[in-house]
Amino acid sequence: MDFDITAVWAAIIFFSVFMYVVLDGFDLGIGMLYPFVPAKRDRDAMMNSVAPIWDGNETWLVLGGEGLLAAFPVAYAVILPGLYLPLIFMLVGLIFRGVAFEFRFKANDRERPIWDLAFMGGSMTAAFFQGVSLGAFLSGIPVSGRSYAGGPLDWFAPFPLAAGCGVVIAYALLGATWLVMKTEGELYERMKALARPLTWLLLAAVAVVSVWTPLSQHQVAERWFSFPNLLILSPVPLLVAASSFWLLWALGRDPHRQPFLAALALVLLGFTGMAISIWPHIVPPAITIWEAAAPRATQTFALVGTLIVLPLILAYTGWAYYVFRGKVGESGGYH
Amino acid sequence: MFGLAALDLARVQFAFTMSFHIMFPAITIGLASYLAVLELCWLKTGRQVFVDLYHFWLKIFAVCFGMGVVSGIVMAYQFGTNWSYFSEYAGAITGPLLAYEVLTAFFLEAGFLGVMLFGWTRVGPGLHFLATCMVALGTLISATWILGSNSWMQTPQGYAIVEGRMVPVDWLRIIFNPSFPYRLVHMSIAAFLSTALFVGASAAWHLLKGRGNEAVRTMFSMAMWMALIVAPIQAVVGDMHGLNTLQHQPAKIAALEGHWQNEGKEALPLLLFGIPSMEDEETKFAIGIPRVGSWILTHTWGGQIKGLKEFPKGERPNSLIIFWSFRVMVGLGLLMIALGAWSLWLRFKKRLYEDRRFLKLAMWMGPAGLLAVLTGWITTEVGRQPWVVYGVLRTADAASKISAGPLALSLAVFVVAYLFVFGVGIAYVLRLVRKGPQAFDTTRIPQGGPGRGRTPARPLSVPEAEASANEDNLT
Repeated sequence: MDFDITAVWAAIIFFSVFMYVVLDGFDLGIGMLYPFVPAKRDRDAMMNSVAPIWDGNETWLVLGGEGLLAAFPVAYAVILPGLYLPLIFMLVGLIFRGVAFEFRFKANDRERPIWDLAFMGGSMTAAFFQGVSLGAFLSGIPVSGRSYAGGPLDWFAPFPLAAGCGVVIAYALLGATWLVMKTEGELYERMKALARPLTWLLLAAVAVVSVWTPLSQHQVAERWFSFPNLLILSPVPLLVAASSFWLLWALGRDPHRQPFLAALALVLLGFTGMAISIWPHIVPPAITIWEAAAPRATQTFALVGTLIVLPLILAYTGWAYYVFRGKVGESGGYH
Repeated sequence: MFGLAALDLARVQFAFTMSFHIMFPAITIGLASYLAVLELCWLKTGRQVFVDLYHFWLKIFAVCFGMGVVSGIVMAYQFGTNWSYFSEYAGAITGPLLAYEVLTAFFLEAGFLGVMLFGWTRVGPGLHFLATCMVALGTLISATWILGSNSWMQTPQGYAIVEGRMVPVDWLRIIFNPSFPYRLVHMSIAAFLSTALFVGASAAWHLLKGRGNEAVRTMFSMAMWMALIVAPIQAVVGDMHGLNTLQHQPAKIAALEGHWQNEGKEALPLLLFGIPSMEDEETKFAIGIPRVGSWILTHTWGGQIKGLKEFPKGERPNSLIIFWSFRVMVGLGLLMIALGAWSLWLRFKKRLYEDRRFLKLAMWMGPAGLLAVLTGWITTEVGRQPWVVYGVLRTADAASKISAGPLALSLAVFVVAYLFVFGVGIAYVLRLVRKGPQAFDTTRIPQGGPGRGRTPARPLSVPEAEASANEDNLT
């Protein structure tokens, strides 16, 4: 049997985007939780909990983009113009929240509110438009030939906008549970209290998307409810229920890592469910991964290095997380 | 907006976002290596001045790096949003080069950046030095891949065109394309030189204000050594790069010299001034030195190069722009050489830190390196027009089919956001520069690895008992 290098590349792209969603998810979430935490001391601690790692987290987004360009140039050339405005808004959001990390600690008392706002607004904007992009992507991207054939405002529709809200909620939950793990005292209690309603909100969003998707996406409905897919997919809702129960249960105790792990499980389930829904398309509903694949010489050349370097990246990134393990002190580590 | 067509808007947006972006990598490539040198000096000598300078430049590095990261993500996505036909047509070749940049450079920088910025109290000095070196290495690896990709677009080879797409045939020929070595060395040196001038200007400012402590004098001296040695090397490398361009992109050289046609066997003058006109096909008000142009371009006193008129009208780059951008770059380069030479003379006279006219020049030369980087890139990028992949794909065919409305909106959003964010960022950098190097408390360094006692690896600083106590509180 032929080695399906294209499927391997699809898995790598899936992995990078998943890593991005999880990792930048919690640090974007922290920005969105700023409005609930007015004290400067607490805000410093929140930012310090991700300051050493946020840049690495965001690099997965770049890998997703450039990996897509390398392995599936047609998909890159259709999806990016198709999601033009949401992606531009996301990038601008990322600019404001990214520079806020450095600027906020360089600002004086008079200027700091600007960068607090940039961190909040930028995180919220980036998260929302990532969700909008995801929703528009799942709704299908019209293609003619090898280029985007839709309008500039196709994303401005109920489903993508709802998906935007869903991603905001998911990131906020990741952020809150991350802070449960990383903080102490009053901030810890506040995050624990916030995580519970966020969990219920996320469950509601998951329910809405799960009903809405098959109703609006004919293809997805077929995929979900045909045999034997129905049987294979049936554990997914059960696992969602189990993870939510785990999360809510852990929040009722004196938790440390467990809520974050449970929130990760929820995001992983949702993300996998979506991937299964569109497989093997890379531009739903028209282009499959094999149709969009770069020449084999390209995929092979890029894969060799990726398989060597990716484990190293995971190793030293893991080490960086290990160096900054434990609770964030109030004195703050920022220079 | 302003009656510009969609293509023009896309080009303006790319030029605008790129011009802002390039300044930050140029400074961070130089600063990362400088920080590695400072930390090495500290580990070797144990002198407090090096650790003070390290932390002074580390803060500035962090701000510049942050701005480089966020403006860089925009670039990574812009290839797709605005230049989707190029991505589809040539993505099978440029894609893996950019993917390798992410894998081997961006992750390396990001992974060790946290330890470099915040790990001082969490890891031992050896590991911290390793982190600094990894970040510095990452910036250089990043430059290598992105310049490989850019150079391939300027001098493409090792490809075939199959079913209307460029496909790779020989990766070694793709990466080691004819202009790559020259562009890589020229740009890396430019980054080091820009940083040296910026460091030198910061020190000169403090010296002029009468705040020349040991740290300020040390960084001034280091910067001036750098300018003295590297600026002449850059001139030689630039000359080699130019000869390489003459071989592969003769239209670019003709345009940047404002050279339209050869008159018989007449040698080329070196034009010092002139207004090239694309319509009238001549360079007006030209003032030049006879024969020197021939010597520079062909290294003979009578050599000739192709004039712009030998190229079809549709394949000529805009001579007016690059005639001047090139002259600004070269002029600044000559000033840098002069600055280096003057510094050597004053060092010999033992007046390096006192001569006010020299200090003022060094201060005003602070942005000169960055300006030369910008004008150099304008020269090479405008000079390769109308091609995006030289001789293969025209810029006009490379753009996405985005209508003018969303393009105008995105351009307006970028202009407002960049001017605000990066304007404030540069103001913060200058604020940090004004503050000057501060005494850094080395007792905050732990004795060993994360939480473990180890023999102190650095010479002078005495590990105090409170250091480990501090460690539990600090994060």
